[in-house]
Amino acid sequence: MTEHIDLEQSLHMYEQMAKIRAFEEKVNELYKNAKMPGLAHLYSGEEAVAVGVCEALHRDDYITSTHRGHGHCLAKGAKVDRMFAELLGKEAGYCRGKGGSMHIADPDSGNLGANAIVGGSMGIATGAAMSAKMRGSNQVAVCFFGDGALGQGLFYEVANMAALWKLPVIYVCENNLYNEYTHYSETTAGQLIARAQTFGMCAEIVDGQDVHAVYTTMQRLVERARCGEGPAFLQCDTYRYYGHHVGDINRAYYRAKEEETEWRANRDPLKILSARLVAQKLTDASVIERIEAEVNAEVESGVAFALNAPFPDAREVDEDVYA
Amino acid sequence: MSDRELTFADAIREALAEEMRRNPRVFIIGEDVAEAGTPFKVLSGLVEEFGKARVIDTPISEPGFSGIGVGAAMTGMRPVVDIMFGDFLGLVMDQIANQAAKVHYMSGGKLSVPMVFRTTMGATRRSAAQHSQSLHAWVSHIPGLKVAIPSTPYDAKGLMKTAIRDNSPVVFFEDKMMYKLKGVVPMDDYTIPFGVADIKRAGNDITLVATSSMVQVALGAADLLAQIGVSAEVIDPRTTLPLDKSTLIESAKKTSRAIVIDEGYEQYGVTAEIASVIADGAFYYLDAPVKRMGAMNVPVPFSPALEDVTVPTEQSVFEMAKTLCGKA
Repeated sequence: MTEHIDLEQSLHMYEQMAKIRAFEEKVNELYKNAKMPGLAHLYSGEEAVAVGVCEALHRDDYITSTHRGHGHCLAKGAKVDRMFAELLGKEAGYCRGKGGSMHIADPDSGNLGANAIVGGSMGIATGAAMSAKMRGSNQVAVCFFGDGALGQGLFYEVANMAALWKLPVIYVCENNLYNEYTHYSETTAGQLIARAQTFGMCAEIVDGQDVHAVYTTMQRLVERARCGEGPAFLQCDTYRYYGHHVGDINRAYYRAKEEETEWRANRDPLKILSARLVAQKLTDASVIERIEAEVNAEVESGVAFALNAPFPDAREVDEDVYA
Repeated sequence: MSDRELTFADAIREALAEEMRRNPRVFIIGEDVAEAGTPFKVLSGLVEEFGKARVIDTPISEPGFSGIGVGAAMTGMRPVVDIMFGDFLGLVMDQIANQAAKVHYMSGGKLSVPMVFRTTMGATRRSAAQHSQSLHAWVSHIPGLKVAIPSTPYDAKGLMKTAIRDNSPVVFFEDKMMYKLKGVVPMDDYTIPFGVADIKRAGNDITLVATSSMVQVALGAADLLAQIGVSAEVIDPRTTLPLDKSTLIESAKKTSRAIVIDEGYEQYGVTAEIASVIADGAFYYLDAPVKRMGAMNVPVPFSPALEDVTVPTEQSVFEMAKTLCGKA
């Protein structure tokens, strides 16, 4: 499965995942030290999904993201320093401090914005795909959402139209097992994937902790979408290391500590990739350590930039209401 | 250049056709918009000229195709989304109020949503509680939206062309009881700026601020008032968001009395906002409290005997104005 992924690309994917991990650990630290306004929903544990998916996309392909969106934004090409600046409400942030953690948008990298309404961007991603088809631009659109978003009716409306009209959109369902504080099995009748299959849509399930598997599957789905073969649904089985948000510390009432420990020890996407590359003697621990050191340095310098950056002038509050 | 008359529906269709010819990125999407031309036949003929790729029939999925419109607008297109009945705004409010209205602001001005949501309003069509409401107050409450509410064929065409060219999301309300109303519409390519009220009839004794179909009601009341020697000024804001406050205030300062007439529910409605603007801006010039006349605060009933008493009429506006002017 991984033959056509060369070492350079694998190491790039590792770097992207490591960057997201380091970014999120720093976000948690900022929250605990009361240096960040509001909350954040951490992506730690799910890195292989965002990176595997975005590796299969062009820069001008579209994504829509979610409240748990830092990983998607970074994987699609956002810069660490401006991400931190937005999380801290600074002028230098991607949204000039008007969006914050849940609304990072970066059209330069094809990111149409993170959405804080669960499932709220399903129409936007589908519309972006329709627009690409109407303009003949050959772009595809990816809609990231979680298992919880399949509880929203919007999916069934837009998936129906996407399949009817063969729109180049890929619905990426990150099944991290929890709808906020509730296990998805308590909210889901039948299978998640069956929801897409009912529209006659190409639908697959992949190990969301294996970035190679996500990437190669996604490549196929993107290729067929670009060729006019229509939408697809990709269920990525994954896990959220932290709580629903940074303040969700006591989780015993909805999941066991042992479950968290098991995923971190044996299902970690960074460990899976590095162990594979080392086992195949394609690289060694020193290369992995160097990448870790580089992304840590990038995160440290990015957060320092953001902490020192100025807040927006209060007079900007009523700018950008209308275009 | 001519005295050509069009119906309200024809004026809207002509605006859409002209803008679709002018800009290939403009398209229409909604339920039964193509061959059916909508139940009101407003769009008849457009699919023949522009094809099914630009006049797109959808499943009965208002939130879905509204969301698709938002995404298309964010990526270079200019959709006109057809929400058949204004009551269905209840189905699509997330896409309008949480998505379309906020994308530009949340992205720090980097993304924009140039789209139009066309929908209808107006009672007395014997359509009962779920097909008769006038819900423009809902969207007029939301920063980031613009709201047009035309009262004549001329205004409908000019405001629709402005709406399609605007770079922000616009909700456009058409009173379904006015589709057959005729009026002069010139052939030339004109637009009407948002936020500019129109004085539909000049007068000196009392200001009647009216919207949409209530403009016709106010004009009828003004005729009745003239017969008893009261000169009424009828002003149509034409857009509730943005609202031309200064024209309303200046008129009330001149006449010293004002009634606001609108077909939305009276409680917490458009009449409340406009009356507040006038009371605040013209307080020292007023000889009487600003009065409000909206739809009765009941779900719109079916029976003609009941429905007809829920909306302001020429006679009820006349009576209110007479009282306010001390002629009762």
